[in-house]
Amino acid sequence: MGIKHHLTESLLMGYAAGTLPEAFSLVVATHVSMCDDCRARLEALESLGGAVLEAQGMEAAGISAMEAGALDAVLARLDATPEPRLARAASGTLPGPLRDYVGGDVEAVRWRPVGMGVKQAILPTSKSASARLLYIPAGAAMPDHGHRGMELTLVLQGAFTDEDDRFGPGDVEVADEELNHTPVADIGEDCICLAATDAPLRFNAWLPRLAQPFFKI
Amino acid sequence: MRAIRDDGDRAAFAALFAHFAPRVKAFLIKGGAEPAVAEDCAQDVLVTVWRKAAMYDPSRASVATWIFTIARNRRIDIARKERRPEPEDLGWGPEAEPEADDVLELQQESEKLGRAMAALPEKQRRLIEQAYFGDLSHREIADATGLPLGTIKSRIRLALDRLRHAMGS
Repeated sequence: MGIKHHLTESLLMGYAAGTLPEAFSLVVATHVSMCDDCRARLEALESLGGAVLEAQGMEAAGISAMEAGALDAVLARLDATPEPRLARAASGTLPGPLRDYVGGDVEAVRWRPVGMGVKQAILPTSKSASARLLYIPAGAAMPDHGHRGMELTLVLQGAFTDEDDRFGPGDVEVADEELNHTPVADIGEDCICLAATDAPLRFNAWLPRLAQPFFKI
Repeated sequence: MRAIRDDGDRAAFAALFAHFAPRVKAFLIKGGAEPAVAEDCAQDVLVTVWRKAAMYDPSRASVATWIFTIARNRRIDIARKERRPEPEDLGWGPEAEPEADDVLELQQESEKLGRAMAALPEKQRRLIEQAYFGDLSHREIADATGLPLGTIKSRIRLALDRLRHAMGS
């Protein structure tokens, strides 16, 4: 069962250019760790960045000559030999970029209950957007919520279904202001997602809504 | 790059420095950095190129592309003081190397892409440059660049498949 829902071209290009908010970059880096198609798309977009860098030689010689002695200064900072390749990290439930933010694999996540068995863990990113891990028990629903900004939801384990489609491991849902949806976790397995949004943080407004009846099944 | 990685060749590094350090500096200045900051950053970037030489995979990126990603990350570091989440590393381990044919074809595709970009109408080329200098937000970036990225993407996809095969997964 392959990944069906991929990142958009503009998210990949924003990541390649280095202009995404950190929380969105975390979703992109995590999805790319799970999806070789998007890794190839990303690296193709990075090669465009390489072409832009290469082209700087033609027009910018005047403003960008390095200062005298720059090469010597850099040579003095080099170790005797480049670093050897490190062995690849062992894989776990969470892909590498997420493990860096959690400080370990899934058992290291510091979940906080938000009601009806749903748990969340907010991840430490810059304020321009927020990222959190969500734990939705098998068969349970998230509250029906609209979006003020853009929201990315990446499935790490299990699956959920909303009005649009079904999303399994590695699938990412890109939702904008128009989408109003009620994700429901599949019956078979508890669902763990990574969600990021660039809407202003409204956890105070959001949390009480969880107390409202939100089972629509 | 191979002479740098395998032999710690400082003459090869000096040649790389002469080519790329001014380009990195220009790239950062066009992204809004002060010349003195850009100078320091360009030096840092070239130090990283040396240190991380073993991470470079020539079947998936040109040297310019790889250095671009290092310069981009340094810019994020300096300008936004943010962490940069990176995908899991998939480089070739000490046990295997990419095929020479794959490396050659990727380098040819990279050159083709450079020529295609140079041939774009001025306005369109500027827009792509602005995006990569970091001047456009992700909401301002348009989906289509007007460049045939499909061919280089196919080459990279093939190299990824071979790498996965070599990793035994």
